[in-house]
Amino acid sequence: MMMDFERLTQQLIEPIRQSVVSLPKATHDAIRRAMDSEDESGRVQLDAMLKAIDIGISQKIPICQDTGTPTFFVRIGTGFPGFSEIHKLEPALRKAVQIATREIPLRPNTVHPFNGSNPGDNTGFHIPHIVWEICGDDSCDITYLPKGGGCTNMSQLTMMTPGKGIKGVKELVLERIATMAGKPCPPTVVGVGLGGSAVMCMELAKKALLRPVGVRHSEPEVAALEKELLDKANQLGVGPMGIGGVTTVLDIKIEYEYRHPASFPVGITVQCWANRRVKMTVRPDGSVEVHP
Amino acid sequence: MKILQTPINPDEVRSLKVYDTIGITGRVFTARDAAHEKLLALKKEGKPLPFAVGDYPCFHCGPVMRRTNDLWEVVSAGPTTSIRMEIFEDEFMDAFGTRIFIGKGGMGERTSEALKKNGGVYAQFTGGAGSLMAGAVKRVVDVFYLDELGIPEAIWLLEVVKFGPLLITMDSAGRSIHRTLAGKVVENLERLKKTL
Repeated sequence: MMMDFERLTQQLIEPIRQSVVSLPKATHDAIRRAMDSEDESGRVQLDAMLKAIDIGISQKIPICQDTGTPTFFVRIGTGFPGFSEIHKLEPALRKAVQIATREIPLRPNTVHPFNGSNPGDNTGFHIPHIVWEICGDDSCDITYLPKGGGCTNMSQLTMMTPGKGIKGVKELVLERIATMAGKPCPPTVVGVGLGGSAVMCMELAKKALLRPVGVRHSEPEVAALEKELLDKANQLGVGPMGIGGVTTVLDIKIEYEYRHPASFPVGITVQCWANRRVKMTVRPDGSVEVHP
Repeated sequence: MKILQTPINPDEVRSLKVYDTIGITGRVFTARDAAHEKLLALKKEGKPLPFAVGDYPCFHCGPVMRRTNDLWEVVSAGPTTSIRMEIFEDEFMDAFGTRIFIGKGGMGERTSEALKKNGGVYAQFTGGAGSLMAGAVKRVVDVFYLDELGIPEAIWLLEVVKFGPLLITMDSAGRSIHRTLAGKVVENLERLKKTL
């Protein structure tokens, strides 16, 4: 059976819209809960966030004007009916971004690094960015991550001295959260990638952000580190939008890979409170089913 | 929430203190990195300005816009990270007499000095709350350099009603919530490091 890529393009517009006009439930709930912990000035910030979310949902307009760099995480099985035509997927996703930019609308965010020109449709050389994962099954999942520029600018790569160990990792993460203060629009979700290489730890850190707020890593040792860092980060006092308070991060996510004995790469990525993303399963006929 | 009308009254701005919350009724214009460069270049070359820059608050923002039948509409317009404009604002205040900057994330010592010198304030609007801000816009008055700079970087002159809440985080007395808090956060960090 041949995959209907044109249908897929059309089917992607609504999930992309959903991703920018609303937030995943776990994030929305976490921001609501934070209202109970903050004093007046923090509550004013959180209240503006909650109002912006409500307006986004009810009026179907982007919550944040920075609708991000279009990024797709594609997990596709070799047994998926469209797999033999996988080269058609990139143009289908590109087309969907162009249509979504016009129809929703999204802010045109792709700029040529040499001359600053903006094609106006959120595409360009290697954009939309696609992260591929090939599996052996017969399914296909796509996650769309419209990650903003302000929080992305807070990314950090450290080739840490291995002897500093996990204590060194904890220091790096807390120092990063303390020094970036209000710039990435806290309360944030912080993704940490350990091991691999310089490139791999940064990619892991970004992938870590895809795990829903409140869901711990499956390995107890990693989960305990996430929990410890979450508790301590929220004692730093940065607070909502960096004006003081107890809710600095909504969650911290850690993923790891094995490392070279001489290297301990630590990648940190930051996601603003507008933790927008949508995950969907693609059916062989080109239709999609959005995950709740 | 105290409402300030534009054109800005300098005395009113001088009376504002950190932790005050204000709203703006009148006009604001958006300006990110490229727009700052553009306006400062015009000034240097002695060319005419497209509008009375100094009369209105400068809003660090690159909005989502929609055009229907030649009429522009703001879809979503929250603040962008202000610290990128740290290299411009002292010169900007000297050049245009701007008294209010609106953005998010705070600004540094160079801007704080300039606010003190010129009697200005920096006000923070909640980052990410672009849909909320859009509700305060009554009309897009004009747009400048759209073809040259593109939608996010162009200068959008907007008519707003009660645009806020805007929290004064840096005032004309040289106070800065960002500076004070950074000190406290570093103390907390050092204390926490001992528990690792």
